[in-house]
Formats: sequence, structure tokens, C-alpha cells
Amino acid sequence: MTATQAPPEPKQPYTPSPLRRVFAVVRNTWRGLTSMRTALILLFLLALAALPGALLPQRALNADKTAQYITSHGWWGTLLDRLQFFGVYSSVWFSAIYLLLMVSLIGCLAPRSFDYVRSMRARPVLTPRNLSRMPHYREAHVDRSADDVLDAARTRLKGWRLTVREEDGGARSISAEKGYLRETGNLVFHFAMLGLIIAFALGKMYTYEGQVIVQADGSQFCNSGIYAYDSFQPGLRVDGTDLEPFCVKINDFQALYTAENQPTHYQSNIQYQSGKDLQTNTWRPYLLEVNSPLRTAGDRIYLINHGYAPKFTVTYPGGATRTQAVQWVPTDPATYLSQGATKFDPPGVTDSAERRTRQLAITGLLAPTPFTHGGVLTSTAPELNDPMVAVDVMRGDLGLDSGQGQSIFSIDQSMVDDGRLKRVARENLAVGQSITLDDGTKVTFDGVQQWVSLQISHDPTQGFVLGFAIAMLLGLGASLLVKRRRVWVRAGPAGDGENGTVVQVAGLARTDQAGYGEEFVRLADELLTGRKRNAGHERE
Amino acid sequence: MNVNETLSQYSDWSYTTATALYVVALAFFLIEQSFGAKGRQAAERAKSRVLVGAGGPETSVPVTPAVTRPPSRAERIGRMGAALLVLALLLHLSALVLRGLAVHRAPWGNMYEYIMVVTLIAVATWLYVIKKFPVRHLSGFVLLPIVILMFLGGTVLYTVAAPVQPALQSYWLVIHVSAAAISSGIFLVPGVASILYLMRSAHERDPQRFARFGSKLPAADVLDRVAYRTTVLAFPLFTFGVLCGAIWAESAWGRFWGWDPKETTAFIAWVIYAAYLHSRATAGWRGSRAAVINIFGFAAMVFNLFFINLVTTGLHSYAGVG
Repeated sequence: MTATQAPPEPKQPYTPSPLRRVFAVVRNTWRGLTSMRTALILLFLLALAALPGALLPQRALNADKTAQYITSHGWWGTLLDRLQFFGVYSSVWFSAIYLLLMVSLIGCLAPRSFDYVRSMRARPVLTPRNLSRMPHYREAHVDRSADDVLDAARTRLKGWRLTVREEDGGARSISAEKGYLRETGNLVFHFAMLGLIIAFALGKMYTYEGQVIVQADGSQFCNSGIYAYDSFQPGLRVDGTDLEPFCVKINDFQALYTAENQPTHYQSNIQYQSGKDLQTNTWRPYLLEVNSPLRTAGDRIYLINHGYAPKFTVTYPGGATRTQAVQWVPTDPATYLSQGATKFDPPGVTDSAERRTRQLAITGLLAPTPFTHGGVLTSTAPELNDPMVAVDVMRGDLGLDSGQGQSIFSIDQSMVDDGRLKRVARENLAVGQSITLDDGTKVTFDGVQQWVSLQISHDPTQGFVLGFAIAMLLGLGASLLVKRRRVWVRAGPAGDGENGTVVQVAGLARTDQAGYGEEFVRLADELLTGRKRNAGHERE
Repeated sequence: MNVNETLSQYSDWSYTTATALYVVALAFFLIEQSFGAKGRQAAERAKSRVLVGAGGPETSVPVTPAVTRPPSRAERIGRMGAALLVLALLLHLSALVLRGLAVHRAPWGNMYEYIMVVTLIAVATWLYVIKKFPVRHLSGFVLLPIVILMFLGGTVLYTVAAPVQPALQSYWLVIHVSAAAISSGIFLVPGVASILYLMRSAHERDPQRFARFGSKLPAADVLDRVAYRTTVLAFPLFTFGVLCGAIWAESAWGRFWGWDPKETTAFIAWVIYAAYLHSRATAGWRGSRAAVINIFGFAAMVFNLFFINLVTTGLHSYAGVG
């Protein structure tokens, strides 16, 4: 403000009441927040704030990697963790940005919606007095009457919103506008985006996701509660009760590979029951494949991974036998070399102290396609082809009674360190081979079973999210590709006692870089000549 | 599913030849850009005379410039470059088709193939642009990143023709990846146009800056129009690609959106391009600032292609590069 003249000093300085001052602050904040400039800055902040999520490990995606990152980066890792950098998309700052952006969006959309309704009901604007000032302008002297010209123009401008007005001096004019779909699309896009965000947020409340490993030998999984899962991630409003009941039975699993051992196909024959089928115990067949989940009872069942479970039989000195096939975890995705621990309790031992000296664990590696070099077992392919195991047999206290949970894939190392669990044999076994321990117990490797890893997902709002996303796409297409443009035609008697009619045509594109020129030239040619333009260029 | 080695070999040869032709065309265009300024300026003057005339009260607009002058030598070289460009594009296309026939699937299942599609679309878009706008002499600047991408694709990222893993065996591979590749290819053009825009507008503000180079560039508003028109074409396509990706992710990975690094970076690029479109409707942000935003958008796309595929590990790690 560089006023050359100072305004006259008011006699009494104006002091707004506190209420007015609060109102002014609120109003200015609202105006600032809903301005396009603020929206732009918030968009930038959103892009910037999302970036760490792509660069740093995220707890929700990979908890192990996150923990490893934090421990290996010392104070820096701890600081990032406290600033919620390992859970970017649920962090306070990320939420703050998108909430502000939503408020800004609503503040922008509300007045625009009113304007939109008003403009949809309004007649096209008055024809400007001086049409030759418009960016596109053509004029011609024709022999037809003004009525003929305007009638022809009305026919040509079919599909345009137009109005005819009488003007001074005996002239009449048409004012026409087209491309209202642009603003419609724009509003549809933004409202659909709001809807999408709300549906997404609601989905996060009522969603759940669980993983479970099931042996592919006719074993069953039933969605009866959290306890049935190996891991379970509930949404904020899900407590694990009232899950939709259904059961699946995994009958088999097949994988196909190329000659280079690249997998090309996974499939599993399953049966399932849900709803009424549960009462009547009816099983329906389904071929579960990657990219083709089973959708039933509002849930989706995915085939996520597969693996092997070596089957061991332990024959105790008394002649009692115990057989188990427990899933081992693949450690190398290329060769499916797997590791794990199969744990046995001695049969017929009631005294828990004695039992804890005679528990057995068979731990080690499983190679689907084995290759031994100098006694070291590795795997060369993921397919089962005379599989072998390299196992340690451990005897003693497995620590299962300690009250601490332990992984089914490994033994409790602290028991080994304490000397309460001792290695009693180490051997490589092919199918059918066995080890006899010092006390006469025989451990036999019977063969390998397959297991599948399933994911069960539930998201009640994803259909709405899809609907809103499609609406966004359609709205976006219309708002970017439709051109809003105006055209005016004025027909009046030629001056100076001449016969005929003077026709003026003018055009204005209301959207930037619309490329209206070519269309206008074509349109003006037809309006001025009264005939359809051919492929060739006509000149008058 | 057997890989047809012969077709795959022909595909590789076509690819290499196309790349080489692009390099030759690049040289031709650089010659036109460097030595053809005089003729171009004359043509632009002739054209602007006609346009000014169109505003006056006249009954017809000549569609062709009134003055036809013989093309200068540099211009002739430029036209040869354009012809070469078309030829190389056809070879490039045949490399893609042969690859698809060799592996019996959509030929965009790893990074090498993906880059082949992106560059193909970029060249096709550019050919369309030079048909619509008088910017043929700038082709060298567009071909430069294309040639670099194709060189990296053919050497470092090259992958032997092979079938894809089970998660990729879906008709969504055809839809989602092609939408992503096509939009990325188109986005290359506004990225380059925006960089040139910044140089030209700096030159227009102060003729001392980029004194030699800036004067040989077309007017800033032409470059701005090229960038805007191509961006509004690519942006809905890119949105469509992300949407298809979400639908596919729902049936392959169990959730439609999971902030996988690739998804996140696509989101970031989408937000940046949204900011670009908004900036053009904001006072004080049109022009140079909008151009800078567009360049950021393209940087995000490049980052998404290289960094996310090669450095981070996520569900989209299909580069096929050991």
C-alpha cells in the first residue's frame, strides 16, 4: 500500500467488539484455508509427507524389517520412530494434512456447487455489443434474410444451450454456450473423491485380515474366531467376535514350474461352506488360484504362499509311535529350502518333570530338490524331487511348559543355552531313512506333505470405494477433456441501402488452452455460408 | 509355454536398430535446432501475420501460410529426421510385437519390456505433437531421454524372454500395466516441454539468459500449450492405471490399497500432477511455477520407475534384474 494521500484521521478510532474480532479471525482463517493457494501448498505437503512411507520400512507392511532398521540406526532410528515415521499413513502429521485438505476442499466445493446450480438455470449471457473484440471473429455479407440465417444457425447449433434476443437497430442475435459437462465433471470428481476418502476411512474401522497355514491334505479352517488364525489384524472397531462363519477344506496343492524352475502356476482344490451350507454340511468345490480368490460370506480367501511339511515318525523303545507333519517355513523363495522344528512329547509319561527330560525336537533344513556337497544339504529347485532333510534331534526340555509362547518354526534357544535341551543326533535323511538314538528311539523321515498359506480379508466398504473411484475417473475425464466455449451470431440488415444481411460470428473459449480455433473456423464457415463444409476448403 | 527363441532374437535386433535410428534422428534434429533458426523465424512471422489478419473484418482465413518459401537445408535435414523417426518407431513397434509373440503374453512383464513400451509411447506422442505444433526442431531434446532409457533398458535392465510369475498372470497385466506405461510415456513429453519452457521464459524475461539457446526455442506459450495438452491427456489415463492397479491388487494381494512403495510413489506423482492442474487456475502460480511442478511430476515418475523397482523391495519388484 503506497497511498500518496493519507486518509483523514478519524475522530474516534474504530475498535471492533471482541465478538467481531473473533468473527474476523474465523472468517479470515476460513478464507485462507479454502483458497486455492492453500490447497496447492497442502497438496505439496501431502506428496512430501507420503514420501517417507516409500523410502523407510513401514511397520504395517514389514514389522521385522522396521525393528531391524530402528536397532541398526541407533538414536536416529528411535527419533524417527517417535516421530511416527514407521507408520506414516496413520501418523498425526499425515492425518492433519489430509484432514486440512478435506476441509479446504469442502470450503471450495460448497460455493462452487451453488454457482453451478445457478449457471445451469441461467440463460446464456447477453451478446456483447462489439463482437469483433472477441478472440475469434468472422463477418460476412450474405443474400439470405436475417431470419433464414438465424434459423439455419439454430439448427446448426443443436446441442448448444442458446437464446435468441432482439436488439436495437433491427438486429437479432443468438448467444450459445456448450461444454457445461466440464464443470459437472469437475464437481463429480471432487465429490467422489470426498466419498472415496470417507469410504476408505470407514473401511479401516470395520476391516479385518488374517493369515493361516493349512495342510493341503483335507485339513479344514473355520472362520470362527481369532484363535483359528496364525496372525490377525483387526480394524479399529473389530474385536474378533461375530466374524462371518465359513469353513474351507484344502484338498491338494499343485505348482507348475518352467525348466528354469520359475513358477508359472499355483492352484489348490478346495471345498467351502458358508451360510445355510453350514447347517446342512454341504461342501461346494472351488479351484483356488493366485489372482482368483474365493469370495464367500462377505470375505475373500486368498492363496498367498505354499510350503512343505516333513513327516516324521518317532518309534519309542516301548513300541509306541507318534507321527507328525508340521509346516516348515521356506527360507529361500527360489529353491524353497525350508527350516523348522517338529516337536514330540513322550507318550505315556504323566510326570511333568520326567516328561521335560524326554521331549524331542527334530530341527533343521528340508530341501525339496536336494544337493549335498561335503555333507552340507542345499536345495536346487522348489519342486519336490526325492526330498531330503538335514536334521538335529534335540532331547530334553523344550520349554513348552514355561508359559512363554514359542514359534512353531524353531526351538527355544535359551533351553539349549541352559543345557536343558541337548543335541543327540545330526544326520541327513532321505525319505524312508531313519536315525536310531542312544536310548533306542527311532526317528523316521516318512515323506513330505504340502501346506498352503491363506489370507482371509474382510472389507465391507471396498465396493463403495470402487464406485467412487469410477465416478472420479469419469468426472476427471469430463473436466479435463470437455471444452467450455461460447459462440455468438448476430444478423442484421446491411447499412447504406444495400440489400442482404450482415452476419457476425464470434467465439470465446472459457477454458485455458482449449484449442477452440479449429472448431470455430469450421463452425463459422457453416454459419456464414449456410451449408455444411466439405473436406476441401471453400472460399467465398 | 515355450519361448520362441527366434522371434525373441528378431525382437532384440529390431530394438537395437530402432535405438540406433533414434540416435541418428537425434543428430539430425540437433542440426535443425542449431542451424535452422532463421527459416523457422520467417515461418513463424508469416504465420503470425495470418493470425493477426484473422482478427480483422475479413471473410475467410487462409488455412495455409500465404508465403511459401523453399525449405532451408537445416529444415530439410529436420524433415529427414522426422522420416527416420517414423521408421524407427515402426521398428520399435515390431520389436514389441515380436517380443509379445515370442513369450505368448502381453510384452510388458519386466522392466526391459516396460521401458520398451514407455519409450514407444513417448515417441508416438511426440510425433503427434510435432504434427500439431511447430516444434519439430525440438525433437532432439525429447529423443535424448528416450535414447538414454532405451540404452539402459537394452543393456543394464535387459531380461531374457520368459514367462511371468503366477501373480502377474492376469488380464489385468494387459490393462493396468499398459495404462501405466502409456501414461508414463506421454508424461515424458510435458516433462521435456516444461524444462524448455523454463529456459525460454527466463530468456524472454531477460534476453541475456540462455542468449544463444533461448532465442532458438519456440515462444513460451507454445511450449506451455504442448505441456498442458499432453498432461491432460496422460493424467486421466494415469488415474485409470492406478484404479486398475487397485482392482488387480484386491484380487491378487488381498487389499486394493496397501501403501506398497510403488503405490505410494504413484500416489505422490498423482498428487503432484493434480497440483500442476490446480496451479494453472491459481493467480501467481501459472507459467514458471506450473512448469516446475510438471517437472517434479515427471521426476516422480522416473523415481518410481528406477528407484522403487531397483532399490526398495516391495510387491512390485518385478524388474527381473538380479
